[in-house]
Amino acid sequence: MEKRVVFDGKLLPYALLLPQLIITLVFFYWPAAQAVRQSFLIEDAFGTSSQFVWFENYAHLFTNPDYYRSMLTTAVFSILVTVFSLSLSLLLAVQADKQIKAAGAYKTFLMWPYAVAPAVAGVLWLFMFQPSLGLVSQAIRSLGFDWNPTLNGNHALSLVVMAATWKQISYNFLFFLAGLQSIPKSVIEAAAIDGARPARRFWTIIFPLLSPTTFFLLVVNIVYVFFDTFGIIDSVTGGGPAQATTTLVYKVFSDGRLGGDLGGSAAQSVVLMILVIGMTAIQFRYIERKVQY
Amino acid sequence: MVERKTIFSYLPHLILLIGIAVVAFPVYVAFVASTWDPATISNGQMPLRPGPHFLENYYQTIFVGTSRTTREPVGGMMFNSLVMALTIAIGKIAISIISAFAIVYFRFPFRMTAFWVIFVTLMLPVEVRIYPTYKIVSDLGLLDSYAGLTIPLIASATATLLFRQFFMTVPDELVEASKIDGAGPMQFFRDTLLPLSITSIAALFVIQFIYGWNQYLWPLLITTRDSMQTIVIGIKKMIVTQDALTEWQIAMATAVLAMLPPVLVVILMQRLFVKGLVETEK
Amino acid sequence: MSEVVLDQVRKVYAGNVEAVRGVDITVPSGAFCVLVGPSGCGKSTLLRMIAGLETITSGDCRIAGGRVNELEPAERDIAMVFQNYALYPHMSVYDNMAYGLRNRRTPKDEIDARVKEAARILEITPFLERKPRQLSGGQRQRVAMGRAIVRKPKVFLFDEPLSNLDAKLRIQMRVEIKKLQRALGVTSVYVTHDQLEAMTLADTLVVMNKGLVEQAGAPLDLYEKPASTFVASFIGAPPMNLIPVEAAEAGPKVTGLTGGKGLPVPAGGAILGIRPEHLVVTTDALPEGAVGLSFPVTAVEAVGAETFVYGPLGGSGQDIIARLPGKALLEPGTPVSVAATRDHLHLFDKDSGKRIGA
Repeated sequence: MEKRVVFDGKLLPYALLLPQLIITLVFFYWPAAQAVRQSFLIEDAFGTSSQFVWFENYAHLFTNPDYYRSMLTTAVFSILVTVFSLSLSLLLAVQADKQIKAAGAYKTFLMWPYAVAPAVAGVLWLFMFQPSLGLVSQAIRSLGFDWNPTLNGNHALSLVVMAATWKQISYNFLFFLAGLQSIPKSVIEAAAIDGARPARRFWTIIFPLLSPTTFFLLVVNIVYVFFDTFGIIDSVTGGGPAQATTTLVYKVFSDGRLGGDLGGSAAQSVVLMILVIGMTAIQFRYIERKVQY
Repeated sequence: MVERKTIFSYLPHLILLIGIAVVAFPVYVAFVASTWDPATISNGQMPLRPGPHFLENYYQTIFVGTSRTTREPVGGMMFNSLVMALTIAIGKIAISIISAFAIVYFRFPFRMTAFWVIFVTLMLPVEVRIYPTYKIVSDLGLLDSYAGLTIPLIASATATLLFRQFFMTVPDELVEASKIDGAGPMQFFRDTLLPLSITSIAALFVIQFIYGWNQYLWPLLITTRDSMQTIVIGIKKMIVTQDALTEWQIAMATAVLAMLPPVLVVILMQRLFVKGLVETEK
Repeated sequence: MSEVVLDQVRKVYAGNVEAVRGVDITVPSGAFCVLVGPSGCGKSTLLRMIAGLETITSGDCRIAGGRVNELEPAERDIAMVFQNYALYPHMSVYDNMAYGLRNRRTPKDEIDARVKEAARILEITPFLERKPRQLSGGQRQRVAMGRAIVRKPKVFLFDEPLSNLDAKLRIQMRVEIKKLQRALGVTSVYVTHDQLEAMTLADTLVVMNKGLVEQAGAPLDLYEKPASTFVASFIGAPPMNLIPVEAAEAGPKVTGLTGGKGLPVPAGGAILGIRPEHLVVTTDALPEGAVGLSFPVTAVEAVGAETFVYGPLGGSGQDIIARLPGKALLEPGTPVSVAATRDHLHLFDKDSGKRIGA
């Protein structure tokens, strides 16, 4: 898609593009290139000299059990958050869609958590589930369950999952509600006349028609869990206990900061870049059908 | 549609009300905690109703800060957050709208190259290039500065794509009418395109303001001086591993203050927010 | 004097697509010239080249004697009314009209005087402070005209300005455009695909086809002496009956056709054209040179003032339309004979479609 009518200009378009391009090159491309370069180097202990080591950093990475553990954590984390937040928000959106008059009000009351910073969301949940003084953890303990996210990795992971799900419900809810409201009422009426009961109408008519939204949200949610949950993890668990909540992104951060292993951290960055490119490509294939670039 | 009214007709409302309650609960608890004294909170006996220390706690939070950990008044942090959020939002919009204008309304060598250079940044989130980016900012001497905090975040493929898409829907005849009316490219941009883009700009502003305000990883790396901290970073630093040291009433008041501006923006500019959300994700 | 002259104007797009293939048109100062043709015939491209919105590949465009090929649209002293009006949606009606004058640094009080005068002429004074979206289609159309008028240009260009209006409003605006153009005396070039609009508005009518001028002239000349089968079928509704005929000693020959003695049909055959309104029902002997057609009626459309009768010539040939006055009492299935006099017959070349004889 191109404009038929354009302006003449030799230097003007370059001048207009300049700020964006400078920032992009300096803060995006140069660091990305550095990450790739560093992933092939090993620095000595003082950072004074470095040696080109081919794929040694990568080899090291893929023989490290911690890395696989982090992958597994990321996968479990992604699946849980995506499944919970999608199903809960679909449930809410379907209920809200039925309330023609009140849908707007419900929308207002359900969408604001989008605006809460992930790190702040983490702090809210941490406070409720704080082992010694948290309101909810006391209730759990009074049931005889030994709740302690600071020591038990599974407890920590479930706390992070809850906070991440809580934060993402509003986003999914808005998109599901918009998707539901764009389904023509006549289609649903036709199904009703054809004798489909409400539950059957949902699974045979509404859910299939909603599938583009669902697929889109699926990809967005996975990207969200990968990158935007950094703040939640850092504020709730700091990756622990014993790295039980260290996702791939968190590991890049903590290995580079604490370990000072720049080569290893860079190799991890490159692996992540490849993952993002893959996910963007999937997302883009979906987008292509809606918008022509 | 005709559907018999039964007791089940109220089930959707019930589900939604439970949903709202669950979603609101953590925030309510935080607000309650911000109105009690530290002793009540730390002995685990905090009631579920607001306490008597509202003014005192918020006064201390905003003007004094915690007494044991960071000791920075949260008012200053909020100011830093505001500067960061506004600079990112306005900066992104400004550089994106002019680059989209160049790409859509001109034909020049390397036009598509420029487009792809911007587009590919979608695939390079800050999380995958943390340390090299940090190094550049530090080499440029921008650590602990507003410039270092914001400039690396204001390049945006999404905003450029959004404006590009909007410009494509502006009828060609308006350009032609402007040409006949004697307007050059920048005059067309100022007199016609910019006023027409107002809704898109506002919608994008809402989304980017929230994005900027909620930044975490980047300010965590870039700011070392306490006086440069943003409020989101500030909260995290108030929570200390040794629980006894954490002043929860201050931390929770800070959490409430950190949520307030973006949440208000979302609620007050609901329509723009939803529009921005839907459009930036296209 | 503001004559518009196109001299061998051509437009070739990238990929060697020839949209306009050498067009010569002269629009005398103050005249109303209408370009008409099917979509893709190059009429809009031609108009946009006069406006300076498209570059001219070769040939010259002259306005008031000066070559304007290289001038920017703003420098050509033209004004244009667009199909979708292209009003600036965020500006009031007043600002829409004033914008072009402000860009030309016209003094403020003069802008005000001109805008108010145009608004008065177009009867849109009450809407001056409104935004385009608060106006009806007809009112927007008037604003678009107003924007052209205030500029007092040498030439008005119209790009299908009425096609977004409903049928009734279109007729009303058509009359107004004509009146306005007469009153202002500004040379105008008007593009449309509607032949009725073209016939009623034009001083000079230019029929275009595939990037070329098929015929140019006064509307009634084109109606009475179409230069080709294309013009014959494009001008007039319903279109002219075009009947392929063979040559015989007595004149044209085809099943269902009688008479036509002395018609100069070439040896290889030709196309005989007769307008539906020139056919009359007759049972009498045909006058000298007249042609009779007989066919079984298959469909009758009575619209009150006239009746359209359809049927295949000679029972199996080309479908014929006859436009009969009043209520013609014909039933489908009955045979009918119609005739047209010698001066209503047109003859065209079988292959090129060009008119044969005067």
